[in-house]
Amino acid sequence: MTHGRIFDLKRYSLHDGPGIRTTVFFKGCPLSCWWCHNPESQDRTPVIHYRNELCLGCESCVDICEEHALSLTTSGIERDETRCRLCGACTEVCPTNAREIVGREVSVEDVLNEVEKDRLYYDESGGGVTFSGGEPLAQSEFLLALLRACGERDLHRTVDTSGLAPIKTVIEVAEHTDLFLFDLKVMSPERHQQVTGVPVQPILDNLRALDQRGQALRVRVPMIPGINDDPDNFAAMNSFLGTLSNVSQVDLLPFHLSARNKHYKFGIPWNLEEAEEIEPERLLELARPLQDHGLTVAIGG
Amino acid sequence: MKERISRLRQMSFDANPVVSTERAELMTEFYRENDGKYSVPVMRARAFLHLCQHKTLYLGEDELIVGERGPAPKAVPTFPELTCHSADDLRTLNQRDKVHYATDEAMVEVYERDVIPYWRGRSVRDRVFSHVPEAWSKAYQAGVFTEFMEQRAPGHTTLDGEIYRHGLRDYQARIQDHLQRLNYRADPDAARKAEQLEAMSISCEAGIVFAERHAQFAEEKAQQESDPQRRAELLQIAAVCRHVPAHAPRTTWEAIQTYWFHHLATITELNGWDAMNPGHLDQHLRPFCERDLAAGALDRDGVKELLSCLWIKFNNHPAPPKVGVTAKESGTYNDFTNINLGGLTRKGADAVNDLSYLLLEVVDEIHLLQPQANVQISRRTPDRFLKSACRVIRKGYGYPAIFNADAVIAEQVRAGKTLEDAREGGTSGCIETGAFGKEAYVLTGYLNVPKVLEVALNDGIDPLSGERLGPATGSASSFESFDDLYQAFQLQLAHFIDLKVEVNQYIESMFARYMPAPYLSLLIQDCIEKGRDYYDGGPRYNTTYIQCCGIGTVTDSLSALRKHVFQTERVSMDDLHQALATDFTDAEVLRQLLVNKTPKYGNDLDEADELMQRVYASLFDTIDGRPNTKGGRYHLNMLSTTCHVYFGTRVGASADGRRCAMPISDGTSPAHGADRNGPTAVCRSLGKMDQIRSGGTLLNQRFLPQVLEGEENISKLAALVRTYFRLDGHHIQFNVVDTDTLRQAQQHPENHRDLLVRVAGYSDYFVDMGTDLQEEVIARTAQEVF
Repeated sequence: MTHGRIFDLKRYSLHDGPGIRTTVFFKGCPLSCWWCHNPESQDRTPVIHYRNELCLGCESCVDICEEHALSLTTSGIERDETRCRLCGACTEVCPTNAREIVGREVSVEDVLNEVEKDRLYYDESGGGVTFSGGEPLAQSEFLLALLRACGERDLHRTVDTSGLAPIKTVIEVAEHTDLFLFDLKVMSPERHQQVTGVPVQPILDNLRALDQRGQALRVRVPMIPGINDDPDNFAAMNSFLGTLSNVSQVDLLPFHLSARNKHYKFGIPWNLEEAEEIEPERLLELARPLQDHGLTVAIGG
Repeated sequence: MKERISRLRQMSFDANPVVSTERAELMTEFYRENDGKYSVPVMRARAFLHLCQHKTLYLGEDELIVGERGPAPKAVPTFPELTCHSADDLRTLNQRDKVHYATDEAMVEVYERDVIPYWRGRSVRDRVFSHVPEAWSKAYQAGVFTEFMEQRAPGHTTLDGEIYRHGLRDYQARIQDHLQRLNYRADPDAARKAEQLEAMSISCEAGIVFAERHAQFAEEKAQQESDPQRRAELLQIAAVCRHVPAHAPRTTWEAIQTYWFHHLATITELNGWDAMNPGHLDQHLRPFCERDLAAGALDRDGVKELLSCLWIKFNNHPAPPKVGVTAKESGTYNDFTNINLGGLTRKGADAVNDLSYLLLEVVDEIHLLQPQANVQISRRTPDRFLKSACRVIRKGYGYPAIFNADAVIAEQVRAGKTLEDAREGGTSGCIETGAFGKEAYVLTGYLNVPKVLEVALNDGIDPLSGERLGPATGSASSFESFDDLYQAFQLQLAHFIDLKVEVNQYIESMFARYMPAPYLSLLIQDCIEKGRDYYDGGPRYNTTYIQCCGIGTVTDSLSALRKHVFQTERVSMDDLHQALATDFTDAEVLRQLLVNKTPKYGNDLDEADELMQRVYASLFDTIDGRPNTKGGRYHLNMLSTTCHVYFGTRVGASADGRRCAMPISDGTSPAHGADRNGPTAVCRSLGKMDQIRSGGTLLNQRFLPQVLEGEENISKLAALVRTYFRLDGHHIQFNVVDTDTLRQAQQHPENHRDLLVRVAGYSDYFVDMGTDLQEEVIARTAQEVF
């Protein structure tokens, strides 16, 4: 049985493809975008998350830990990372859920059992399952097993991807995918490298390859103030998208400051101190050139 | 909205409820003079005729549909033959903060001089409380159950289309026919039937007199009216009132006025629960509207104007004042007229028509406290109608509620009604299923299921008072297994249901013998044919419901006990018992464990949901099928109105981590904050309850407004509803409001007087609700988007 690592599974997901969906969030991503909404998903290994404000100091976790990695100090529970095996036993016993493990190993069957629960909702709404992340293509064997199994069960499959993966993987995945939600962030190669940590060209190549296959595509652009909301970037995006023929819609995803809190929470640096949320009117304004180009543009989505 | 409607609406919104003693005075006067002259039914009918002959009439400016129960809008009469208020009661109504009714010392004087001396000891309430066994009183005081019939009459009545096809003169002719055919030689009940039929005939006369007086009143007003347009309207009102309800209506105007007279007569005769209800109004009025529109007698706006006038009439009639426990279980001005839209016809076709959409517009535009409306959605109902309803829901009034017409029909067929009668039925009050126009489906009171568990964990003793309430079924520490514990719970449950039923049967008989309702009996099929009263098995179907509250709280509590005490053995029964007894003093770690590490109902977790199924089966097995006094049977119902807040105050800390006195779960919704997997999981958990075997369940969902923004999300909401209904869900309703708005309304009620929120089966003004109920609504899990 193929296994993979996910960090969440959300039912009643309304914004990750058509209808009511279940979204499976893969853990691990080759990108490290400054604005990432799920920074805890970037690292492939599980993370033990501890919220001091919930901790009652009951020491249930200290008692259960076979590796003696935990101790109660004046500033809460301290974890010795050299001892911790990330087994998660401490999160099981914690009465307040002050300790949580982000990232768990699951089988294809585990995921399918959860996904199947909401099948009737998919039937009624034209929904299905969405694989997101993290980066689902980074666990391609697991992803393919899931996509094949969902295909056999007649479930609509959406893959939400950063677009960075070997082209062979992308094509193989596409054969078992009904819809791609494909992220496009910054067109400038230098800027892309700077704010995501990876080059843009392979991503553009993969998007073009999918388009040439006739793959159903929706392009998603996270709108990050000061990063990609300038006219030049939009002009470049516009001319690139103009060369594609299977993009049904462009979703402009508004930037939320809630991402900042998550970075703080997981101790990941936050480089967007200046950024503020973009007014909906401005998003509409930015969307206009794309619309003039004949593209359907949605805010959110 | 037309200016007329806007003015009427504002006047109704601004009017404050005030008690009127006129009805009490007229009743007392009549009874003093005539006591002992007539049989009980005839006495009731003659007293009602006396009311119709003498009560003060009201005909307001702008009105097209006429008639008020009291001397003015929101002037609320009292019913001393049922509940004889004390001077203290009257003063309390005026002094209490919420659900306030104005009274003054002049009223108190009338009561002390005339009303109380006659009715004290004669009212139904006095009879009931002087009879009930001590064990019942103790359980009642402890909050194990409530009793609906102790100060209001059994009602819960909804009409079918009969009143639009026959006038009261037709009913009288039928009554005469049955009187003539009575066979005194062969039928030992013939004399009793004759009394009932005579009473019904007198009631017809009373209804006609009441309408005639309005006709005359309108003519008098017309003579003095200088504005020619208003004069013409008044003359039209007079013409309508001369024709109906004596004869069958011919026009939309007459049809609406017909209903309104029957409504008024019913709520004047007695103060039955849930006032009165026209049922499938879009089906009943359809032929009249189509005819008027085709003939050009009315345009669409004209139809809407008349319907809006009716809507405002409902709002002019707050529930009669309630006191004591009854005020707590139903703390609202709402009198629960819940109009059904959509659904199926008697022959099983989709019933949605143009009028259904027009009525949704009226619901949206008027959006007052009353009446409330719901949509009945069957597999045959087009999505367009469901989505139209969802767009009104998005406005955040908490209505219309959404019902599964196919489930509502299946419930009735299971309970023995014919398929055609079931299709003509629907839901009324909050969520109660009934065969409209053919059934007395009577709510008898709520059962506090978490309290039953609490008593079972304390060997039959109420830990809050130390009183013994139930049989000794073993102390908590004596249970060797979870099944032992569960068996004790079942024994306590059987004990309390027995007790409740015993007293119900007595009260039902009291109403049948001393408080017949001959006018109401006219309107419900088979009462005339059987020569029996509505309260005495006259209707074709006779159901008695017991409403079980708190299945979420009790399931989670049992789940916590099973997991932590019997499965993982992480907690000893003694420690847990001690923590509950002390409301978790020095046991916050344990409480957090119970809250966070217990499989809970509402998350689509089989281990919790199977416990819910077990509890539900126990409730069903204990209640369903018991015979009532009227040839019908008891059935299970699962609504809570506001009783989950009152019941919460009577239950100590519970094993799900709930603190002492906090509300228990409402209807069949998950306990507050217990559901953490979103609405699809909630609906799936509810889908595991065999809801078809009930007479109604209730699911509250609170959504943040942004979840419903845009047309795509309306479609997704509709899909959520459709799926829940594929799982045989009975009902779902939505509060679309964020916590900030509710908090602001608490701080500045003056700015939020019109903020309606869904409570449990009905909406209420948030600022009119008690703080405890406000907090309860806020505590409901808000479903967000992911």
